[in-house]
Amino acid sequence: MKKTPFCATSELDQQAMFETLGIQDYDDLFEAIPDELKPGELDIPEGLSEMEMMQHIRRIASKNSTDLVNFCGAGFYDHYIPAAVNALASRGEFYTAYTPYQPEASQGTLQAAFEYQTAICRLTGMEVANASLFDGGTALIEGIMMALRQTRRNKVLVDEGVNPIYREMLRCYTQNLSVDYEEVNLSPTGIAHRKVYREVLDDSIGAVVLQNPNFFGCLDNLSDLIDEVHAVKALAIMSVYPMALSHVETPGAMGADIVTGEGQSLGLPLNFGGPYLGFMATRKKLVRKMPGRIVGETVDNQGRRGYVLTLQAREQHIRREKATSNICSNVQLCALRAIIYLSLIGREGFREVGRDCMDRASYAWHKLTQINGVEPAFNRRFFNEFAVRLPKDASSVVSALVDQGIAAGFPVGRYYEGMDNVLLLSFTEKRTKEEIDIMVAKLESALKA
Amino acid sequence: MKTIYEKSSPGRPGIRMSSLKISATEEIPTKYLRSEPAELPEVSEAEVVRHFTALSRLNFSVDTHFYPLGSCTMKYNPKACEAAANLPELTEVHPLWPQLRGGGMLTQGSLAVLYNTERLLSEATGLDEFTLQPMAGAHGELTGVMIMAAYHKDKGNADKDHIIIPDSAHGTNPASAQVAGYNVVTIPSDANGVMDFDLFMEALNEKTAGVMLTSPNTLGVFNPRIKEICSAVHDVDGLMYYDGANFNAIMGRYRPGDMGFDICHLNLHKSFATPHGGGGPGAGPVGVVEKLRPYLPISRVEKTKDGTFTLNYDEPKSIGYIAPFYGNFGIIARAYAYILSLGRDGMLGTSNRAVLNANYLQEKLRPLFGEKYKGRCMHEFVYSGDVLKPYGVHTLDLAKGMIDRGIHPPTVYFPLNVSEALMVEPTESEDRDTLDRFVEVMEELFELAKTEPEQLHKAPVSTPVGRLDEVKAARDMRLSQE
Repeated sequence: MKKTPFCATSELDQQAMFETLGIQDYDDLFEAIPDELKPGELDIPEGLSEMEMMQHIRRIASKNSTDLVNFCGAGFYDHYIPAAVNALASRGEFYTAYTPYQPEASQGTLQAAFEYQTAICRLTGMEVANASLFDGGTALIEGIMMALRQTRRNKVLVDEGVNPIYREMLRCYTQNLSVDYEEVNLSPTGIAHRKVYREVLDDSIGAVVLQNPNFFGCLDNLSDLIDEVHAVKALAIMSVYPMALSHVETPGAMGADIVTGEGQSLGLPLNFGGPYLGFMATRKKLVRKMPGRIVGETVDNQGRRGYVLTLQAREQHIRREKATSNICSNVQLCALRAIIYLSLIGREGFREVGRDCMDRASYAWHKLTQINGVEPAFNRRFFNEFAVRLPKDASSVVSALVDQGIAAGFPVGRYYEGMDNVLLLSFTEKRTKEEIDIMVAKLESALKA
Repeated sequence: MKTIYEKSSPGRPGIRMSSLKISATEEIPTKYLRSEPAELPEVSEAEVVRHFTALSRLNFSVDTHFYPLGSCTMKYNPKACEAAANLPELTEVHPLWPQLRGGGMLTQGSLAVLYNTERLLSEATGLDEFTLQPMAGAHGELTGVMIMAAYHKDKGNADKDHIIIPDSAHGTNPASAQVAGYNVVTIPSDANGVMDFDLFMEALNEKTAGVMLTSPNTLGVFNPRIKEICSAVHDVDGLMYYDGANFNAIMGRYRPGDMGFDICHLNLHKSFATPHGGGGPGAGPVGVVEKLRPYLPISRVEKTKDGTFTLNYDEPKSIGYIAPFYGNFGIIARAYAYILSLGRDGMLGTSNRAVLNANYLQEKLRPLFGEKYKGRCMHEFVYSGDVLKPYGVHTLDLAKGMIDRGIHPPTVYFPLNVSEALMVEPTESEDRDTLDRFVEVMEELFELAKTEPEQLHKAPVSTPVGRLDEVKAARDMRLSQE
């Protein structure tokens, strides 16, 4: 018998164990399964040594381009990750642990989750947060389902400024359910269209979903709109970019009932789309409707402070088909990265990173809008991201710049009709003045070409 | 231990950020801005490192302890898989690059990892096509049920309104079925621990959209009538869903596709050794038979004639987008590295040893739990702690006693259909000495239960905190630092 990797039982041990069980070999062990189900030889290669496997992956990975200067964001950003985040999050005691079902043996995971929940509350200005959901998109659909459960209504209005990638997901998730899904167009200035909302808001609406800054980077103060949402007894859900919360008014202060977002910016690599970090926060009165894991503080039998998973009666292992959601795990390791990241950069550093993003975007906006024919797509304030209208198709311009080593932004035409010329550009603290200048110059010459 | 907020002190430097400043050309009006900064910690880098290192040491984990958590499959995670997935050429890729015109060529490496992994999982499960997008097992279940719904809708099976699920199923099965818009019909287990066949046949009718089950099930029992069940369900144009949480018991030996299943999810963190990080991230790829291929979520990774990879978003019958991009790529890359390391021989060797270890432990523990538990199990088994009731000792007390002896307890909260359940899954990672040591600990705890039960009621005593007051946690609801 060949040596099987990562299996500990030796040939000698196996023989002894067969004897304990009174069997001859593995076929005896699997006798309960009918022979007719046996597959032939699997068309899977022989196992590789560690060295060969690493060589194979390196060879494959080298086919990716990684030297692009990136101005493409659209909800997923290329921020710097301090070395200590990787060093701490890759400790085996964190990443090879499971769900903390035995709290006494999992205080590290539990306390970190409690500290993470605290950070999310403080960023968003909300009262309670869960210990994370898969990603920003699933967090948003969970937020909608939560709001509809609370209001016992089945209609949701979703603003067109919500990331179109998430709106695609929402349409998919709601199609089999008795959920009435409707989108509301943006105003010409690129923010939530007050006039339209005033027309469509009535007591059939269970929830209104808004995003700030929205997909085009436009900032808004949504307090007035949220008041109107509350006037028809609907709930206001806000999707946010956590890095913007270093400076931008909190959803809590604007009156939002449920806040969700993508936490990838908080110390997680882009990683071709995942794993990411969905966060969710809400008001204390809604906590029993909130899906996902929640960690609470308590005391042990000697009065010492400790942490446990709490409010589990809402979950699938007890409520089964009546559970608040089918999600039974979280993305604890990603939440851990976020709390380590936020602790490392701290109160002042968080402001500083946000400031750096904002200033770079502002600088680039002024440079770009000086180019003949390049116009701001919306005449609004922005944080780290904005849209410009080009005199020609944005996709072909981006394509020309990619050939020169620059991902000059995201052409939004794919998701928004009539916007083939609109380019969305994002800026993180990683982009230098020189990189921005080069990008602007190349974009200008691409427009002339 | 103090929280990171309690260690904070105003003005402490954290890490230094970029010194390249660009002066602002204009300020954002205050109506858009928050009035106070978020009260994040102010601590030095060294203190952050000490804090989280200290927290890590409060955890039991696979790298530090035997962790026979049944149904959750805590096997060893090879370090090379971690190293492979952490290559910067993989982690630094923006997921929207393929959507730039011609941008697919920027990400050929990542697309190859996805494509190759799909092919390997298809072969391992006997199903025709895979999507890697679901981000956890339960997310895979939901995706699978949404595929079922799309199939029935497309075929005009308008009256299909329910899904049949045995009572031993993971709680997420009924939750997922309900979240996708179906009613749930629950079938009890029979005396052998598998879904009661007669009750199942009574429940099955033209309105059945599908059946969700796993074999071996969560009791570790393989359903001998699985082919019969599949064909009965197919007779009413229902679909068979395989919950692949227990795939590591049969990997390389039997395939859900060959048994007659139409849809199957796999938990990469269970069967394919990707770490679970204290509760996630995981990954729950879903495989389907050919007739369900059109309904898979978009985008689809495809290989073109010239050998390059491309993303196809044009599938009119697709259920749509269940994830923003391509799934938990980092987890998929770990699983890919693991599968390459195992190979076909390693797959079979792994399930063989997982099942051998489980049966060995079950056999050795039988004298403690009584002879009513007969027969073989698969990769896990369930005993009832009822035998200790006369001494006033519960399974939970046994579990806490194990913690003091350096073993992470087996699952004790599940399955719900076994009183005082104790669900053990040693996995293939463990050697015989570890298993024997576990048996010794159990013998010691049984003896203690009979002679000094109060010792077990007090356990654990070696941990940073003792038994925690869960009722208080739910009542007082302190969910964040004030």
